[in-house]
Amino acid sequence: MSSTSAVLQERSTEPGAPVLVVDDLRTQIHTPRGDVQAVDGISFTLGRGETLGIVGESGSGKSVLGRTIMGLYTTGPTMTITGRVLIAGKDVHALSTTALRDLWGGDVGMVFQDPMTALNPVKKVGVHLTESLRKHRGMNRAQAAAHAAELLNLVGIPEPRRRLDQYPHELSGGMRQRVVIAMALANEPALLIADEPTTALDVTVQKQILDLLERLQDELGMAIMLISHNLGVVAGRADRVAVMYAGRVAETADAATLFDVPHHPYTEALLEAIPRLHQPPHVRLAAIDGAPPNMIAPPVGCRFAPRCRYAQPDCTAAPPVLDAALVRGVADPRHSFACYHPVNAGGQ
Amino acid sequence: MAGSGVAHLRPETERVLAVEDLVVQFPAKGGHTVHAVSGISFDLLDGETLGILGESGCGKSSAGRAVMQLPPPTSGSVRLGDEELTGVTAQTVRERRARMQMIFQDPVSSLNPRRKVKDLVAEGPRIWGREVTREQIEVVLRAVGLDPAVVWERRPHELSGGQCQRLCIARALMLDPQVLICDEPVSSLDVSVQAQILNLLEDTKKRYGLSMVFIAHDLAVVKNISDRIMIMYLGKVCEVVPAGDLAERALHPYTRLLLESVPEATASETAIGGAQRAGGELPSPLNPPSGCRFRPRCPLATEECATVEPQLRQVGEGHFLACHNSGPGASAAA
Ligand SMILES: Nc1ncnc2c1ncn2[C@@H]1O[C@H](COP(=O)(O)OP(=O)(O)OP(=O)(O)O)[C@@H](O)[C@H]1O
Ligand SMILES: Nc1ncnc2c1ncn2[C@@H]1O[C@H](COP(=O)(O)OP(=O)(O)OP(=O)(O)O)[C@@H](O)[C@H]1O
Ligand code: SF4
Ligand code: SF4
Ligand SMILES: [Mg+2]
Ligand SMILES: [Mg+2]
Repeated sequence: MSSTSAVLQERSTEPGAPVLVVDDLRTQIHTPRGDVQAVDGISFTLGRGETLGIVGESGSGKSVLGRTIMGLYTTGPTMTITGRVLIAGKDVHALSTTALRDLWGGDVGMVFQDPMTALNPVKKVGVHLTESLRKHRGMNRAQAAAHAAELLNLVGIPEPRRRLDQYPHELSGGMRQRVVIAMALANEPALLIADEPTTALDVTVQKQILDLLERLQDELGMAIMLISHNLGVVAGRADRVAVMYAGRVAETADAATLFDVPHHPYTEALLEAIPRLHQPPHVRLAAIDGAPPNMIAPPVGCRFAPRCRYAQPDCTAAPPVLDAALVRGVADPRHSFACYHPVNAGGQ
Repeated sequence: MAGSGVAHLRPETERVLAVEDLVVQFPAKGGHTVHAVSGISFDLLDGETLGILGESGCGKSSAGRAVMQLPPPTSGSVRLGDEELTGVTAQTVRERRARMQMIFQDPVSSLNPRRKVKDLVAEGPRIWGREVTREQIEVVLRAVGLDPAVVWERRPHELSGGQCQRLCIARALMLDPQVLICDEPVSSLDVSVQAQILNLLEDTKKRYGLSMVFIAHDLAVVKNISDRIMIMYLGKVCEVVPAGDLAERALHPYTRLLLESVPEATASETAIGGAQRAGGELPSPLNPPSGCRFRPRCPLATEECATVEPQLRQVGEGHFLACHNSGPGASAAA
């Protein structure tokens, strides 16, 4: 997987330019019951070789964000998208359908959250991989098959040749997930959007896959958006982490700072909910009370307020904005949070 | 085929589920056979939770499905209470299995995409000809942390991954099972919902005297929910350990490898060192290694490991190990 770094350099713009720019992105899903504001004003950039971890509440809009960035969700009868997404300098939501198809499997690869829905049950594993290799890299049947086997080997699937000839249901859950990862990596994308890529993997295979992604990152400068509920994975692999709640970023910082001095009460609560290996069995885990907000009519003001143990009257008046944290009175551009009454903010 | 031993099984009178010498094979091209599960045994006491950990592809889901007879195992025995589930007619299986439910690994694909949440939850009881009230559905939805008012009319594709998983758990609970087999039930949930679901399973278990088999990859999650943990490798059992002893007392080289590979959510976490990468030869269920199946990756392998299959034997209170290299030396080497 190194022969193509030349191709990749050609694809990206000047060095240092971000691979991904997301600017005030909003995705509204129109449903018969009302409009769901699934992604509500998200901005960030991602440079070559960088990993952004995205964590947050189930239903907070992480997958919708990923799909909107990919251009899989576009403005139409069921959705309205505003804001901007630039991938390698291209405005994703201004691309034609053909240009979008070139983008997928070209500059950008996506690992979908549920492997079974990303795989066509009546197509063999090999077909899933070779189709895109033949289309995007002009390989012939034999070349594509050989490369597909190599990809499966790369993601640690034993006997890759035989696996190519099997249907998705004949694979274990973790193998299916690795097939989806192999598909996303097939064309050595400049940007990888990995939505819960290791949920079905045991910890040793998980480590192998994450090591593989890191290696590709070093070799190819691939940027990664790593969506994961596994805070351990994110802590170890992401340069920066964004914590999402109800369609918005609640807090963002480099991984070490976020896990060490979280300022947003939601981040703090999330960290408390993690079961730890050194705890005895059957200890009661600290779940966050209450339910996530109804995204058709979210609470005004801070969306976490109904569940927040620090909430005060001013929290429900107007939404807090994402602002830089202060370290000894100086704004820290690497650490921002949206909260009126932050925790661990001693010096604020 | 030789089993991996039965030393860890408990007296017959105390068990609600007993699985013995379970073998699951699939035919493969060219007259080959996939050895997904190769003679494993386990049991469940009333109100007990057995956690299963293991390599991806080692046969956990196949074993779970075989216990449910979906499809029936190639050989071996599965007894629920004092009733045998293998080798009886499909109709008998359906009746006898009624009090055992399984939550499958891929949540979305197990749901009919055209049905709404309210009908998906009521589906199970209705198949058994039982009517379900609106209130019953609402209670179980709330129990899994879904707001009935919000999700009532939704179809699966309108739910997030985690919401779908909660729906699957609600469906299983609706049938008031005695034994619940959960295959990766929380791996797609955020840690707060995960905590909620684990607490919920713990409460439900106590309230209904439920026994559980809980398959997952997160060691801390499995430790939290389980009384006893079984570690599998390539279709075999390599260790059975009381949950409380997992981190400090587990001995098998594969279990130690798992423990060393756990990523911890702490600020000081850097790349995880220690755990060795699998050697060039990836283990295959089509042609499993002779003797101990972990041998090609094992730093402690000896000649004996290539010829003699290790059997489970007791090494401590409730602790059983299938490894030739046991005793005090094994833990030091890990
Ligand atoms: N097609 C759709 N129609 C209606 N609502 C939708 C649709 N897709 C997503 N939603 C809603 O949008 C919100 C965000 O969903 P999304 O799948 O992005 O969550 P997520 O953060 O990825 O959650 P998880 O961690 O559970 O995967 C949820 O409330 C979900 O119910
Ligand atoms: N229907 C099938 N046909 C052929 N082979 C199968 C079938 N189902 C499972 N297998 C094979 O059996 C082996 C065990 O699979 P299984 O799904 O039980 O693993 P698992 O332990 O649940 O893995 P994971 O953690 O990845 O979900 C794998 O090699 C798999 O490819
Ligand atoms: S703004 Fe108020 S309600 Fe929101 S997280 Fe901060 S303290 Fe809690
Ligand atoms: S020491 Fe031998 S028996 Fe024990 S795990 Fe290693 S190879 Fe298997
Ligand atoms: Mg998602
Ligand atoms: Mg499985």
